[in-house]
Amino acid sequence: MSNLIPLILGMAAVTYLPRLLPFFIVTDKKIPKSLEAFLDCIPAASLGALVVPGMFSVTPDVPLAAVLGIGFTIVYGLIRGGILLPVLGSVAVTYFVLLHFH
Amino acid sequence: MLKGFELQMNQDVYGAIKAGLPIFIGYFPAALAFGILSKTCMVSLLDCFLFSALVFAGASQFIALNLLVTGMGFGGIVLTTLLVNFRHFLMSGYLATKIGKTPVKYIVPIAFGITDEVFSILSFKTGKLTKTFIFILELSAYSAWVSGTLTGYILGGFLPDDLTKSMGVALYALLVAILMPEIKKSSKALVLAVSSALLNTILVNCDFLPAGWSIIVCILTIAFAGMVITNKKTTGKERL
Repeated sequence: MSNLIPLILGMAAVTYLPRLLPFFIVTDKKIPKSLEAFLDCIPAASLGALVVPGMFSVTPDVPLAAVLGIGFTIVYGLIRGGILLPVLGSVAVTYFVLLHFH
Repeated sequence: MLKGFELQMNQDVYGAIKAGLPIFIGYFPAALAFGILSKTCMVSLLDCFLFSALVFAGASQFIALNLLVTGMGFGGIVLTTLLVNFRHFLMSGYLATKIGKTPVKYIVPIAFGITDEVFSILSFKTGKLTKTFIFILELSAYSAWVSGTLTGYILGGFLPDDLTKSMGVALYALLVAILMPEIKKSSKALVLAVSSALLNTILVNCDFLPAGWSIIVCILTIAFAGMVITNKKTTGKERL
């Protein structure tokens, strides 16, 4: 493979700049109420699109495995909450379902 | 006074490690896969390491390998990377309002570590976001990504394929677990997340947007709709 350094640096720049620039644009200025309402909606709106439909292709040959894994996270989250156990549990459930199918 | 500061510090460290561990579990196998794939694409160990250490962006690194193999030029790959990662512009914008005024010397490293998962944890964290919390959280994500990449390249697929795949679920489970408390608190978060998920499914299936843009379109559309509805509700209340 040819010298990849220029490519890596280019990719690093276009990845870093969108992460960095907003910090210089947003602060110091008073944010209008409507923009605040817009920004408030960003976390939940991002999460929905980040999870679906991506989660259906984690275990491409048995999509049910990933679905049951995420199902565990939802049920556990509704009853108990927390982060670590729902995440570890989802991996365990997915793995057991995969083992069952293979 | 000093005691109180130390207590806060300890809580931040403990909280950040607790929040960082699921990210580590999710990132490590994904990075493992990147390391393995790099090797099969004939990328050198140094280049593979630099990809993860300098770019530090999951999906776009995989896309880059893909495009390299298809013979696309560097310019095209960089442009694709920009499109794929531009959603972080919105995420950083949100975090900038939440973190507040911070010296540039801290912003420079903090901004580097803003990934989808780090953003999700930071944006929903209650209480003040301290530098300690952010740095430890980002460091756990970064160390998982870089160490996973190297391990994958050097050792190859030493874990059973099924287990590696299952660990890939961790990333999605993490995002869902972060969202659950918000959903329990208000129906607003649920409506926003579900409508965004539905819209993204439609956009991805229609397949007319370049990679990564469906998420940006979803965030903008759904957050805009959310803003309009919120504003209508508040003006309605003011009239009453």
